[in-house]
Amino acid sequence: MQKRSIIPIVYILFLMLPIYWLVAMSFKTTNEILSGFSLFPQTFTLENYVTIFTDPSWYWGYINSIIYVSINTVISVAVALPAAYAFSRYRFLGDKQLFFWLLTNRMAPAAVFALPFFQLYSAVGIFDTHLAVALAHCLFNIPLAVWILEGFMGGIPKELDETAYVDGYSFPRFFGTIFIPSIKAGVGVAAFFCFMFSWVELLLAKTLTAVAAKPIAATMTKTASSAGYELGLLAAAGTLTIIPGAIVIWFVRNYIAKGFAMGRV
Amino acid sequence: MKTENQKAWFFVLPVLVLVAFNALIPMMTVVNYSVQETFGDNVFFWQGLDWFEQILRSDRFHAALGRQFLFTFLILIIEVPLGIIIALSMPRKGFWVPVCLVTMALPMLIPWNVVGAMWNIFTLPDIGLLCYFLNHVLGITYDMTQNPLAAWVTIVTMDVWHWTSLVVLLSYAGLVSIPDAYYQAAKIDGASNWAVFRFIQLPKMKTVLTIAILLRFMDSFNIYTEPFVLTGGGPGNSTTLLSIDLVKIALGQFDLGPAAAMSLIYFAITLLVSWLFYTLMTKDDLN
Repeated sequence: MQKRSIIPIVYILFLMLPIYWLVAMSFKTTNEILSGFSLFPQTFTLENYVTIFTDPSWYWGYINSIIYVSINTVISVAVALPAAYAFSRYRFLGDKQLFFWLLTNRMAPAAVFALPFFQLYSAVGIFDTHLAVALAHCLFNIPLAVWILEGFMGGIPKELDETAYVDGYSFPRFFGTIFIPSIKAGVGVAAFFCFMFSWVELLLAKTLTAVAAKPIAATMTKTASSAGYELGLLAAAGTLTIIPGAIVIWFVRNYIAKGFAMGRV
Repeated sequence: MKTENQKAWFFVLPVLVLVAFNALIPMMTVVNYSVQETFGDNVFFWQGLDWFEQILRSDRFHAALGRQFLFTFLILIIEVPLGIIIALSMPRKGFWVPVCLVTMALPMLIPWNVVGAMWNIFTLPDIGLLCYFLNHVLGITYDMTQNPLAAWVTIVTMDVWHWTSLVVLLSYAGLVSIPDAYYQAAKIDGASNWAVFRFIQLPKMKTVLTIAILLRFMDSFNIYTEPFVLTGGGPGNSTTLLSIDLVKIALGQFDLGPAAAMSLIYFAITLLVSWLFYTLMTKDDLN
């Protein structure tokens, strides 16, 4: 048992190395970074973080990202819940085909859609809003949410529904007060995955925004190209993007493995 | 047993409307472009299937497609076995389980361009940790910006770093669902470690591994941001994968027709290979 645990330890060290390097860079001054190699920050500085928290073009990037990610998570889970219920409880005309078609949207390369999305959202007049990015991310998040929720709902016996109806519950009341609480874990996992894929995606988010709703990731690419070699600042911005994910993951740690397995193990 | 009820369509309607809005309209735009030629000003000419023929015959497309298949093949044969080995050696209960899960899942929650930027900083000549270690401690000449082989090793390592955890978490979910009684029975029979793996653990992991391989195939085949930020497709064209090439044609040169035709061919290949994987891996279940 002891010998075996070397493998996960080595793997985790390998995962942490680039992250350590990013964090270390973020505490160095530009001078120190350009002057040569140092394993630890020699002149420890918080200057890069101060820049980010005082410059609106930086911190608004984070706020924008968090806004559209939240909107997307709420929309995706809200519409996926009834759909997943339909797929898990009923047979209807074209159900299998529909389910497969939904999943194929997970396979479309975002690069394929970038330009048409830009034109579509400009045409309906919501280009450069948080809603545009949130709606665009629905393309791949809704199918995933339906897939995960359907797996969890399949584990709830149908007798629960029937008993509730016999007891005189109306459908909305049953769904809201009995059914959803009994698949809490599934809702959490689905929300987690929607958050994750919306948070990490850049290509569509960048294409659909200009100024008002620009995500943090796009702010970073601009800095990398325009302001020359501000590596410390870039590293600090990158470090800050890891934090929301880390917080979310800590909350759902017990469900992660289960969620990846879509409740179908 | 599921009951037949056509009213269930009302439940899926919101999903259908939202996904169709995002999928069908842009897809029709792409189809529309793929059969027309434009010189700007919204003037279009019917072009038929010329663009498709041009793309399918072009050496540039063949080269990008070849690189894409090589990349996907490499990351699959590294990540899948590695992920299974790590999952097998992880603790099953106790304090270390959540610690392992959280730290391993961390790379997957980092925005993709930050992953690229992070690896860029990690491999910078002279000031990057990896580059410094290889050049000055091990004495290997390593320069990702000049040497195509080094660039390939870097993007594959980056993807292994980024996504092996997905295979680990899925395999682990399969492993913990095996009841202890199975292992006790194997012990009584005097089964070797290999036999336990082959006849107990692997069959239990099959469903989740199918999901893992499918997800890894789709996502690695569509990969864009990370290699774009890290290498920009270079040196030369050596790491220009399909998506990078597509964006170059569509947004860089604004050749909408060829780009649209290429998009459709690209999507068709992804669909076809995903379907092949899926049928091959679930074939045994049907028989």
